[in-house]
Order: sequence, then C-alpha cells, then structure tokens
Amino acid sequence: MTTKLLFYPGCSLQRTARPYLDSLVAISPLIGIELEEIQDWNCCGATEYIAIHHLASHALVGRNLALAAQQSNGTHTVMAACSACYLNLAKTDSYMQVNAQLNRQVNDALQAGGLHYQPGTVRIRHLLDIIVNDIGIEEIRRQVVRPLKGLRIAPYYGCMIARPDRDNRWDNVEHPLALDKLMKAIGAEVIDFPLKTHCCGGHMTQINMPTAYELIRRLVYGAAQYHADLMVTLCPMCQLNLDAYQSEMNRHFHTNYHMPILYFTQLLGLAFGLEPEVLGLGKEFVNASQALSRIGIELPAAEPELEMVEDKPARKKKAKAGLPMPQMLHSEEEDE
Amino acid sequence: MDDQSLRVQNASPPTSGSPPGSFLQEVIEATPGDSRLGMCIQCGTCGGSCPSAGDMNHTPRQIFAMIRADLREEVLRSNTPWYCVSCYFCTVRCPQEVHITDVMYTLKSMAIREKRYDDSTAPDFSQTFIGYIESYGRSYELGLATRHNLRHRPLQLPSMVPLGLGMLARRRMDFAPQRIEKIEQLQAILARAIELEVGV
Repeated sequence: MTTKLLFYPGCSLQRTARPYLDSLVAISPLIGIELEEIQDWNCCGATEYIAIHHLASHALVGRNLALAAQQSNGTHTVMAACSACYLNLAKTDSYMQVNAQLNRQVNDALQAGGLHYQPGTVRIRHLLDIIVNDIGIEEIRRQVVRPLKGLRIAPYYGCMIARPDRDNRWDNVEHPLALDKLMKAIGAEVIDFPLKTHCCGGHMTQINMPTAYELIRRLVYGAAQYHADLMVTLCPMCQLNLDAYQSEMNRHFHTNYHMPILYFTQLLGLAFGLEPEVLGLGKEFVNASQALSRIGIELPAAEPELEMVEDKPARKKKAKAGLPMPQMLHSEEEDE
Repeated sequence: MDDQSLRVQNASPPTSGSPPGSFLQEVIEATPGDSRLGMCIQCGTCGGSCPSAGDMNHTPRQIFAMIRADLREEVLRSNTPWYCVSCYFCTVRCPQEVHITDVMYTLKSMAIREKRYDDSTAPDFSQTFIGYIESYGRSYELGLATRHNLRHRPLQLPSMVPLGLGMLARRRMDFAPQRIEKIEQLQAILARAIELEVGV
C-alpha cells in the first residue's frame, strides 16, 4: 500500500538540507510513501516574515495552502519535513479556522492572485508524524536489513515539531518519544536525552553569535555527556546550527567537541541497506565517518575540494634552526 | 471547536480590564487569534523556561508587566522580542495559556513599523530575508548571509568565509537564487495583504 502525500519541500531541503531531501527520496519507495511536490510552492517565511508583516506572513503561507488544495489528488495530506515549514503551514491553517477576520483578510489577499483557500481543506503533518503514526514502527522494523547495533544515538527533536502541537500529534510536548522508538526499531542504542526538545539557537546564529553558541554548546555537551556517537535530527535549522557552527562554537569556548549531526532519514536509509552516497552522507561538516565506522559502515572519502576548505592553510614549519642566532654545537640533539 | 469558543468567552472579562486605547489593548488587538495576554498572572514561568532570557533586557514576565503599565516606548525598545528563538517552551508551560511567542512577534512588527529598536541586527536580518522572498519567492542563503554579514559583521566576515565555501563545496548552498514561476502572483498577494495590514 502506498501513502500519497502532497510534499512541501521548503527552501532548506533544496539547499542547506539537501542530504535530508536525498535520503527522504531514497527511502520513500521502501516505506511506501509517494511524494507529489506542490507545484510552484513559495517560502513559508521562516521566523522572519511574521516579525515584519503579520497578515502578509499568513498570506504567504496561504498561497501554499491554496496551491496544495488545488492539487490535492487522492490525498489531502500536506507533508513538510522541515519543522519550521510544518509549524508555519499548520499555524496559518489553524488561525484561519478559528479567526474569521484573518480568514477573510487572507482570502482577500489571495484573491489578488486569483486564489482562494478554505481553511481545514488540507491536513498539515510532519514527516516524522507520518512515518511513526501512519507507516508505523512495525513496518519500519520489517524493512531493516542492517540493524544499527552498537550505535549510540541522541534523539534530537528541536522545538518546532514538538511545540505548540496544536493537533496533539505527540505524547509529550517536552519529552516526546516518537523518534526514540523509531531509532530503537532500527537497532540503534538510544540515550534518554534530556535536552531533546531544547533550542538549537534558531536564527541567533545570524543575530547574536554568543547566544547561539551557548545554546549549541548545551546540546552538544549534553549528548557528549551521555557518550552519544552522534545526534539525530529532523529539522534543517537544527542540523545547520549544530553541524555547520560546531567548530565556531568550539573556538568560542575553547572546547573540542566532535558530535556528528545526521538526519533521521539518513539512518533509516542505512538500516534499510542503502548506500551512504545516495543518502547524502559525507556532506556534513562534522564528519560522521568515525562514528559510523564503529558499526562497519564506511563513508565515501571527502571530495578533494572539501579537504581544502576543512584544512587551514598549512602553517610553514619553523626551520629547525630557528632564527639565525649564534648556536652552541650539538644544540640539535638537545632539542629532541 | 467548542473548546475554542468557550476559551474566547472566558477570556473577555480580564482583557476588558484594560482601558481602550491602552498599550495592552493595542498589543492584544494586533495579535491574531486569542493571545490571552490579559490573563498573565506574573508567575515568571516564561522567563524561567526561556533559553535566551539571560541575554534579554527584560524577561517575558517583565515585558508583560511593562505592557500593562503602558510603558510603550520601553517595551518597543527592549531587545527581548528579538532574542526570542520561537522555541514555544514558555507558551506550552504558561499556566494561563498566554500565546507568548505570538505576542513576541507582534512586538517585533510594532517595533519595526515605528523603527524603535536600538540594535538593528535582528530587524535588518528579517528585512533582508523577506526582501529575497518578495523578489524570488524563495529564500537565498548565499545572498542573505553575504549581505547580512557585510552590513553587520564586516570584521567577522573573513572567519565566515570557510563556512560559506564549505556550504558551496558540499552543494548545500547555490550561487544563484531560484525564482518561482508565478512570482507576480505572489507579489500581488503580498502587496494586497500589506495594504490590508496598514489599513487596520
């Protein structure tokens, strides 16, 4: 049986979270998901549009909802894999349902583009919700050919999937278990991560670095305290902040954490026996090869130009003799 | 549904405690949905739950007390809403179910409209971000990061270069923005929405 979904990729999945998209596309046929991309979708506004224009931010999302409703062909379920997209789409739909004035105004704006949206027409859900609650843990377990035995994972949900949870999708808004159960089903060892829904820093990496670094540090430190081999996430913003800014954070605090941050779809793919390349593995900044080699999975070697970026320009080694100073005989031996 | 309508009814007596024309009333009206802001009992659960409260000029609780005290200028100048990371911890923990995150967004948009902020980093970031959405329909990370950093962190820019190159090398960032097909349609929708917003 296939579950057909109207897919809202969002800007991140096309770019910064490309490995998330690649791994999702790779595992979809294996778990019976058929993705139909919403034609000509636009950005959800992230956490920025609403900070400037309230109504326009809902109209921005409204266009996506209207397009999805038009396209709904055998399904009314809109799936977003990005937590911020999911929250924004769900929020506009739900506010339009309860607030008649907002509904009227959004539709007034949509009309300027020849569109209309009846709130409640589509159901907005996150990918994790679909996999855990519709496909089901049992089905996932059945697909496993390479259990990730011995891999210690910190399940990290971030904020926006868990809260405010208007539709009561999760068992708990602060300590949900869906991802924990899913990761156990593919054979991983899952730590009881107390910071699982704490903030990754959100847009603070662009606004006030010290604030962001402290939030990133807490999470990485927390996972390291539990001896996690890696953190698994389901949100492009969380992945970007924890992965791409981890070395900056280390520099800031003079620490030396090395905590790879992977998408849960990448780990599902590995457990289903797919090759690391098709799952976008190796594109992370904090390299996961050491963690994965512990369970016998070898990642493709980093591309040459990546090495150039990773390595600082090699510092010229000081000549052994040092500055041209008068030297005692045999001084070289004493150096050693 | 029933639950919602009941909640709206129950919410009216406390909000009516705010005189019409007060700042409290203004914030409530500018927040879509029922913010329940008038229900705040000053317990401080919000500030205690906030991951970035330590960097805020005022905790959320203080901000709500200031709104009630009609300290309009001080509230809109506070960095508090700009340090809100939208984690919704305060919102789900608030015993009065005040929609705190939504109120923070309202305060941001008010401050932007009246240009009342001391540090323009966050407002400018939002502005640059939405500029790309309005031109292309989608976000454009490379342009956003470059413009934002040039303007606000020129000195740190060199240290950001490896990150940018790394993103490009991993094909996690594109050189050129993507434009949606019906950008004119989106622009017409947004223009109408902004027209309506200003009219309110």
